[in-house]
Amino acid sequence: MTTTTPRAAAVDGTLRSVLSTSSRPPRPSPLAASLTFGWRALLKIKHVPEQLFDVTAFPIMFTLMFTFLFGGALAGSTGEYIQFLLPGILVQTVVFITIYTGMGLNADISKGIFDRFRSLPLWRPAALVGALLGDVVRYAIASTIVILLGLVLGFRPAGGTVGVLLAVALLLAFAFALTWVWTALGLVLRTPESVMGVSMMVLFPLTFASNIFVDPATMPGWLQAFVDINPVSRLVTAARGLMGGTVTVGQLGWVLGACAVLVGVFGPLTMRLYNRER
Amino acid sequence: MMVAVVREVSAVSAGAELAIEASGLVKAFGATRAVDGVDLTVRPGMVYGLLGPNGAGKTTTIRMLATLLKPDAGSARVFGHDVVREADAVRSRVGLTGQYASVDEDLTGFENLVLLARLLGYPRSQARVRAGELLAAFGLSDAADRQVKKYSGGMRRRVDIAASIVVTPDLMFLDEPTSGLDPRSRGQVWEVVRALVADGTTVLLTTQYLDEADQLADRIAVIDDGRVIAEGTSGELKASVGAGAVHVRLGDPSRRPEAERLLSSALGVPVMLESDPAALSARVSDAQQVADALAGLSRAGVAVTDFSLGQPSLDEVFLAITGHPVSEEVKEDAP
Repeated sequence: MTTTTPRAAAVDGTLRSVLSTSSRPPRPSPLAASLTFGWRALLKIKHVPEQLFDVTAFPIMFTLMFTFLFGGALAGSTGEYIQFLLPGILVQTVVFITIYTGMGLNADISKGIFDRFRSLPLWRPAALVGALLGDVVRYAIASTIVILLGLVLGFRPAGGTVGVLLAVALLLAFAFALTWVWTALGLVLRTPESVMGVSMMVLFPLTFASNIFVDPATMPGWLQAFVDINPVSRLVTAARGLMGGTVTVGQLGWVLGACAVLVGVFGPLTMRLYNRER
Repeated sequence: MMVAVVREVSAVSAGAELAIEASGLVKAFGATRAVDGVDLTVRPGMVYGLLGPNGAGKTTTIRMLATLLKPDAGSARVFGHDVVREADAVRSRVGLTGQYASVDEDLTGFENLVLLARLLGYPRSQARVRAGELLAAFGLSDAADRQVKKYSGGMRRRVDIAASIVVTPDLMFLDEPTSGLDPRSRGQVWEVVRALVADGTTVLLTTQYLDEADQLADRIAVIDDGRVIAEGTSGELKASVGAGAVHVRLGDPSRRPEAERLLSSALGVPVMLESDPAALSARVSDAQQVADALAGLSRAGVAVTDFSLGQPSLDEVFLAITGHPVSEEVKEDAP
């Protein structure tokens, strides 16, 4: 019954030499482990470049569509409107991309690989932090595309290059914080599709009932109240402030505070769910 | 009754630091008690087989021992470390190959191994060297730069096992390592297991293949409905069922009822009718009785085309213990 083919015997011979040479290196630091998981995320982009479609084609589509659809009617000209719209559409683009992190995590769990990661002696949040770091690259790509397109369409930020870069940095920080919400969802829901569905249900009101497209002054009072406390509006206001050189400490502080709250609540929640058995 | 007899053997052997020591493990999912009071004692350096049909609780048991699931009741130690309170100490000594390929299918074989090596603490250059060594040792060098999703089933298994031994673990969990593999790939996995053990690694493997447990495992726990229903070496399990079994094949299937009557009166035990309409079998304790019984068939003019007398197979062991054969359950889950 023994099926020792010559091939198997060869495998066995070299195998022993590989086994005996190994000794355990010291365990990696939390940062090293996180960066390794980030490298994995980048490798996935390399092997499945189609996944960049949503961070390249969609931003271009949205920016062009909204600029030319609403520009004339809302601001008199597309050139005027892009000054107002660009920081907002940038925020909308990146905020929507955050959903994919939750979906990716959910897909990973349904395969066996998360079991392997969880059976390693590692700093436990590394797998998630690494995935988020990889996603920051995606957000940065999308931001670059939207801003370049905006510049082509006539966007001229008064805050200059520094203002724009700071606005992007703030946006990336917010996206990083928001993603913990979707990772928690990704760990609770059963399929990537349901993660997407629920995330969309949350994000549509947050992005459209905001100050991204129009000044909320003409909205009914109850809606204005919502728009005002909507974190997406606050983020857009701060981004506009940074790009326009008119930002206030209060605007920045509110957004950074919101980031801290999101990470403070959903970070531990995600880790609890991650460590929970399934 | 037989369970108690077989278990005593393992109770005696406790002494030096055990690889696995589990007592009363329970895990329920909703109303289902997937694992319902499992005790295991595994000495270092052995291959221990968990044998049972799908849904018996094998995977759940392994997941608890590998710190992926918390037991609802009972306790388990791996090399003296509690799997719940000292999970990190356990994780640093075990390797796990799950039932489904636990590598990233989007990445290449090389990238998967470098990833694991980095996560285990190898510096970048050493991680690449290690990945290359392992791929060569598993005969995967040619496929190093191909995505794992393009690998065959056997190659996938091998890269999966390679990923588990980037740092050779002291205890390796193999959850159904050969399910769905062709016989050749299966043989290769067996060779890997033997090499691991020769190097001093303890292996806990689950299987629903009786011959696999028979071939590889030094000791076997038979699991059914979340409980260990028998434990011992393959020989002990077989002996507990009876001395052996006689298989008889008749020339004319229509004579089987008559043969059954003759055999059962000559042997003094119930005779089982096999799925082959011309075949019968019975457990026996004495070879002389078999000779007499066959002579009886001959006198009655019932032609026997073939017969054999041998140690019972683990199939028969399972049937004798659980009252149902393993193969029925396996079919339900076959792809």
